[in-house]
Amino acid sequence: MNRFSFWKYGLILFVLGIGIIYSLPNLYPSKPAIQVAYTDSGKSADQSLLNQVNEILNSNQILSESTGLKENNIVAKFNSFEDQLAAKAALQKNLLDEVIVALNLEPSTPQWLRDIGAGPLKLGLDLSGGVHFLLEVDIENALDNRLESLLNEYRKKFRDKRINVESSKKDDQDIVFSFISDEDYSKALKIISEDNVTATGALLYDLKPNAIRNLVQLAFSKEAIKELRDYAVGQNLMTLRNRVNELGVSEPIVQRQGSSRIVVELPGVQDTTAAKKIIGKTANLEFRLEASSTASRLRKEEFWFQDERNGSADLEKNIIVSGDRVTNAISGFDESGFAQVNITLDMQGGRAMQKATNGNIGRRLGVLFVEQKNKSVLSLDENGNEVIKQSSYIEKKIISLATVQAVLGTAFRITGVGSPQEASELALLLRAGALAAPMKFVEERTVGPSLGKENIELGIQSIIIGLLSVVAFMLFYYRWFGLAANFALLANVVLITGFMSLLGATLTLPGIAGIVLTIGMAVDANVLIFSRIREEFKAGLDPQSAINEGFSRAFVTIFDANVTTLIASLVLYTIGTGPIKGFAITLSIGILTSMFTAILGTRAIVNLMYGNKNIQELRV
Amino acid sequence: MNFNIPFMRFRIMASILSLSLLVISVASLGLRGLNFGLDFSGGTLIEVSYEEAADLSKVRDLMTNNGFDDFQVVNFGSNSDVLIKVADKDGNSQLGDIIFNFLQEADSKTELKRIEFVGPQIGSELRDQGGLGMLVALGMILLYVAFRFQYKFALGAVAALAHDVLIILGLFSIFAWDFDLTVLAALLAVIGYSLNDTIVVSDRIRENFRGERGFEPEEIVNRSLNQTLSRTLITSFTTLLVLFALFFFGGEMIRGFSQALIIGVLVGTYSSIYVVANMLLALSITQEDMAIPEPEGVEFDDMP
Repeated sequence: MNRFSFWKYGLILFVLGIGIIYSLPNLYPSKPAIQVAYTDSGKSADQSLLNQVNEILNSNQILSESTGLKENNIVAKFNSFEDQLAAKAALQKNLLDEVIVALNLEPSTPQWLRDIGAGPLKLGLDLSGGVHFLLEVDIENALDNRLESLLNEYRKKFRDKRINVESSKKDDQDIVFSFISDEDYSKALKIISEDNVTATGALLYDLKPNAIRNLVQLAFSKEAIKELRDYAVGQNLMTLRNRVNELGVSEPIVQRQGSSRIVVELPGVQDTTAAKKIIGKTANLEFRLEASSTASRLRKEEFWFQDERNGSADLEKNIIVSGDRVTNAISGFDESGFAQVNITLDMQGGRAMQKATNGNIGRRLGVLFVEQKNKSVLSLDENGNEVIKQSSYIEKKIISLATVQAVLGTAFRITGVGSPQEASELALLLRAGALAAPMKFVEERTVGPSLGKENIELGIQSIIIGLLSVVAFMLFYYRWFGLAANFALLANVVLITGFMSLLGATLTLPGIAGIVLTIGMAVDANVLIFSRIREEFKAGLDPQSAINEGFSRAFVTIFDANVTTLIASLVLYTIGTGPIKGFAITLSIGILTSMFTAILGTRAIVNLMYGNKNIQELRV
Repeated sequence: MNFNIPFMRFRIMASILSLSLLVISVASLGLRGLNFGLDFSGGTLIEVSYEEAADLSKVRDLMTNNGFDDFQVVNFGSNSDVLIKVADKDGNSQLGDIIFNFLQEADSKTELKRIEFVGPQIGSELRDQGGLGMLVALGMILLYVAFRFQYKFALGAVAALAHDVLIILGLFSIFAWDFDLTVLAALLAVIGYSLNDTIVVSDRIRENFRGERGFEPEEIVNRSLNQTLSRTLITSFTTLLVLFALFFFGGEMIRGFSQALIIGVLVGTYSSIYVVANMLLALSITQEDMAIPEPEGVEFDDMP
């Protein structure tokens, strides 16, 4: 019999309803907006900044559609791009470097839709314009540095314990010690074994002792390397986030990818050179001895230092060690429970430090924080207009000045640094000075705004042309059944948009191609069903049974055929990068929704047309 | 439409055609290899647009004067858009910015459309991943078809897929078309599409083998092909409609993608008719192969 139960109509209406509601936000155009945040990333935007922004906009007679707080930013929406640009200029002129002003587009989704979590489709960089960077953290380099400093630590330890080392060397990923006497060998082995634990309790080294030849060979264990890698990548990630904040980009992405890579995506950024400079910059540290009061003016420099009574201190011009030699810095507590910071330098840094502190015990050692900053200055151009000029300058300030108690080597500590919180801040600054491991750009994709816009237009154009030609063909070839299939096809496009918006999936250019392809392939299910109905009808079944049989017998085929396409698109999703992932997503969603609309949806419409009628002829 | 085409009468000819296409493809792949696009080769690509028709020789001169020797300058899409590709073995990520700077110095109205830089190790990784992904997809599909049908069908299906993929790769190699990530995506979509066809045909062959006894396998296969032919043609037609829409109106950036898919749909339609059926007959499929009653239908009984 050819029945179609009520709950199935209900289900179809329900799913279609959700699809329509969640694709609605895409119909509201996005509005030009600006985003204002404090330059100091530790400070989040507040009511007073909002009032300030409103005042500035009012006094410049710039009409905003709305202003408000959103996360750590002030967001102001405007009705025109002119207003947006005027607002940016006015705010920058008045607040200068206190705030970062970023231009962006804010969706104008009505409140009731936002309340149920609906929002427009996210656009990939190939549609919105912007930059994508992939950076690789050079773990090998960090590991090498660690091994070097480890070798030095042990040489020093063995010397202190009067253990005679015949030879010691770093050999690729290994450190090899050899000893003359059995006794020295076992003492050394004991010392190393005692250290053989990581912060998380795993073994730090792969230890290969050789008692016959009095050799100890050690390398970092897999766990230790993993910990080091996680530490280095995590540290770099944090540093990058801070740097990206400075760029004032709305909705940036800074994420770890795989074991040692970091993705940075900055939608809407035009000046990639500037972005690269900021991302790739290294704040630096310098260790210098305090200048004696009698030193000549030529050999000392005065720096800002907040802890000193007069707010500054003199340091020698000679730099002992700079921040790229710092391999690690952690805050902790000394024997009497006061906060301290433990610093580890690499071998070269340790050697330099040893040379400098030898004979200078009792003098103070300063840590100087060096940072490249940008400054905006208001000036007049040749036509007498006010313009904001950006200039970069280098800021150096002392973050610690402490008395040297002993000759320092690769590992030393700074005590008396204040509260535990201050200690951890100092450690962070020391680590942030140099990245935990160097990074390099391994991939970059920049899409200009005009290309993004062009891609959207071309994409939508091909969706419409593709859809219309398929609709026309189906109508021409299948008549009434074709009409049913066409409704299902339209429903399918609505569902794909709705579900992609609902899932927060990103639409890319290949993603649009995926939608177009789905439109062409989705009718396949209907073609299969209709051919089957025709066959059953020709074979002598009455129209109603032919319809019923056609749908049910075609189902298994449709199911099998779609599962395999789904497998291919899932594989594509796992191997693909950004835009290709977008294709895999739209294709997968398209397959699922097309099965729903082509089987259930078409059936509903066909049954509405033919369901309870007594028909003799079927034109399929 | 009712068809009664004796497909299987031409099966020897079809086999010769398929085999020679495969030999040519494999030979070209082995001798010439693929013309890898930026994603796989690594290097720098920069697309700029000028207000008027671009003077390519001027751009080339600019490149040479600035010390570049291994590069390509071509029009992209329209004659005012220019695409510059620089092969760079050292993975210098600054090249794009450098090039754009001197282009803009020469003509201040130059507009930047995109810069892409892919480091050498990323390129080779993507190549490996792509190849591996293709094999994984084929393997998983083989398993699924073997599970749902029977291993002879699975072999037929995978032979058809390998046939399609190799011939598309071969064409890309022979004509030295750019093979990039979007083309790889298209290839995987072709796998999905061609399989779709194959399964519909296989499904019908299985059904006819079960339903009617006392016929020669060749006759049953032939009848199944004819029964599914109108569907095969219509679906290929509608898919080609949208693909041509993409090819002509979708812009330069996905032209390679639609091109690969158009070829894929054509080859896939042919292979679902000849390759699978040929394989089944070559593996001498019999009534007994179909005899195992599968749980087909049971779990779906309540559908429409």
